[in-house]
Amino acid sequence: MEPVVEVRGLVNRFGQQVVHDGLDMVVQADEVFGIVGGSGSGKSVLLRTILGLQRPVAGTVRIRGADITHLSEAQLRPIKAGYGVAFQSGALYSGLTVLENVQLPMIEHLKLPPAALEGLALLKIRLVGLPEEAAAKYPAQLSGGMVKRAAVARALALDPQLLFLDEPTSGLDPVSAAAFDDLVLYLQRHLKLTIVMITHDLDSIFRTCNRVGVIVDKRMISGALDRIVDDPNPWIQAYFHGERARERLGAERGA
Amino acid sequence: MHRAYDPRVSATLTGTEAVEVRRTAEGLELELTGEWSVRALASIEAVLETIDVASVPRVRIAAEGITELDLSGAWALSAFVRRARRAGAEVDFRGPAPDQLRLVDQTLTEPPLPDDSDWQAESFAPAQPPGDRALVAIGRYVVRSSHDLVAGLAFFGRTCVTFVASLARPWRLRPISIVRHVYDTGITAMPIVALIAFLIAVILAYLSAQQLRGLGADIYVVDLVTIGVLRELGVLLTSVIVAGRSGSSFAAELGSMKLNEEVDALIATGVDPIELLVVPRVLGLAIALPLLTVIADLIGLAGGALLCRYLLDMPLTQYVNRVNESIASTTFWVGIVKAPVFALLIAFAGCYRGMQVRGSARELGHLVTVAVVQAIFLVILADALFAVLFMRMKI
Repeated sequence: MEPVVEVRGLVNRFGQQVVHDGLDMVVQADEVFGIVGGSGSGKSVLLRTILGLQRPVAGTVRIRGADITHLSEAQLRPIKAGYGVAFQSGALYSGLTVLENVQLPMIEHLKLPPAALEGLALLKIRLVGLPEEAAAKYPAQLSGGMVKRAAVARALALDPQLLFLDEPTSGLDPVSAAAFDDLVLYLQRHLKLTIVMITHDLDSIFRTCNRVGVIVDKRMISGALDRIVDDPNPWIQAYFHGERARERLGAERGA
Repeated sequence: MHRAYDPRVSATLTGTEAVEVRRTAEGLELELTGEWSVRALASIEAVLETIDVASVPRVRIAAEGITELDLSGAWALSAFVRRARRAGAEVDFRGPAPDQLRLVDQTLTEPPLPDDSDWQAESFAPAQPPGDRALVAIGRYVVRSSHDLVAGLAFFGRTCVTFVASLARPWRLRPISIVRHVYDTGITAMPIVALIAFLIAVILAYLSAQQLRGLGADIYVVDLVTIGVLRELGVLLTSVIVAGRSGSSFAAELGSMKLNEEVDALIATGVDPIELLVVPRVLGLAIALPLLTVIADLIGLAGGALLCRYLLDMPLTQYVNRVNESIASTTFWVGIVKAPVFALLIAFAGCYRGMQVRGSARELGHLVTVAVVQAIFLVILADALFAVLFMRMKI
């Protein structure tokens, strides 16, 4: 089966600083793929490259087979309508209400009557677990957890099959983070989504991801979670077997 | 009007891409086909709209023919099913109902997840009570304006207190920051201020020369230009330009710092943002604006000289002599003394509005506009008050 996202031989460089050097990454349909890496390892640059916000120095980025590094803005438009992105800080448009934020992609890409726009947007808002009252609020009036959910609602506006989440649980308390993980699983299961998620949160990884890709030494080591955990790479060992991880891993293995 | 269902007249077949509607003895039979996705939603909506479910006893839907059904498609179907049920029809599916439809219904009837408790802390504003809208609006405006005035005065007071307090500890006045603001608001504004002063003097001289020539009172053109520029126009126009340049930049700079939580970060570090951000701007502008006014006065007089020389054929020495005769010892100072006051008004309007920004980028734009408009208004108001004051003082 054709991979949903396929990155081959990616090279990213800023001046002298090489961020990625021959990075490969493959995401198959229906999986939750976690991107892990130390601070400054280029997780966000990778995501920005996949989203077409940044042109790589070399390498290909294919989304459902289409190499986005060689497409024009106009050709990218239908591809962009096929995925949703929830940015780390939400990136909700501050001058619009939550409802208008969710409606915006629909207004831009579809021609729908106002009633349908409102109904669909409310559906998405309810789907991510927000109360209907939140629809009329502005982003500044929302709590951190609500902003993250509203960002997902906007990402789902065009019913994408592919969803990118940038550190979805960062800045949330453990209870809200766990609830957000549940949301991710719920959406993945019911909407048959493919989800690519940048995360630092070990709990989140163990709870939601089928496979993880770890960025070490400017490349990616990826595989099923239980295989990656035993990878000999020192950073991966430190990450998954450090003080904070051991307890979690023990619980996972014991079960 | 309630029309009985009659299969004979409507046993026709409407065929479209997404829905095939058959009218049978029992009611409607809907054969759903093709792609029911968000991309096709507009046409699906349009087709569903045309299906008349009034007084149809039964609607049977066959969904097996759908090649792709996403959440938006399911939502449209669910909305149709609800409409049919409301109209009194019995709706069922031939074969199993699509999963997505169940998801939509479930989502719309109950939240899918147990609450993650952080929205319970949010208090939702109650709906506005109905009332006389105009009166309510006026009342709100008055209350808001008076709050605004009090808050503005409080801001002014806080800044003054902070300034006086830091006079005792002059090293806290942040001289480098003040110098930066003198440069940004003063030095870089020199070309435009000079140009405007020159043009205004030319306009003034030209206008008065036209009128006074007929009376043979050419020489009074010099009086008009000199007194006009020194007392009023030099300082006023400079202030208006600076209000547009620096008032907006203060408001925008502080406003985006507020949006970035930089101001909160300062407060959390124990640094008073008034002391760090507002006082240097106010002082910087209070230094820069009088200096700019001096430049405007000089250029204005030079412009007057130029025009008198070439329009009225007045020798330069005569112009200078006349300038000396026309001005009193106070004329220059009457103009220049207003500059620091105008500077304070502009800097306060800009900084205060900037610090009021919270929440959204739209608010930033709005408050920058308000800052500039109010700065210019305050400058002109203060100028009028000065005019009355100086008249009473007979200077």
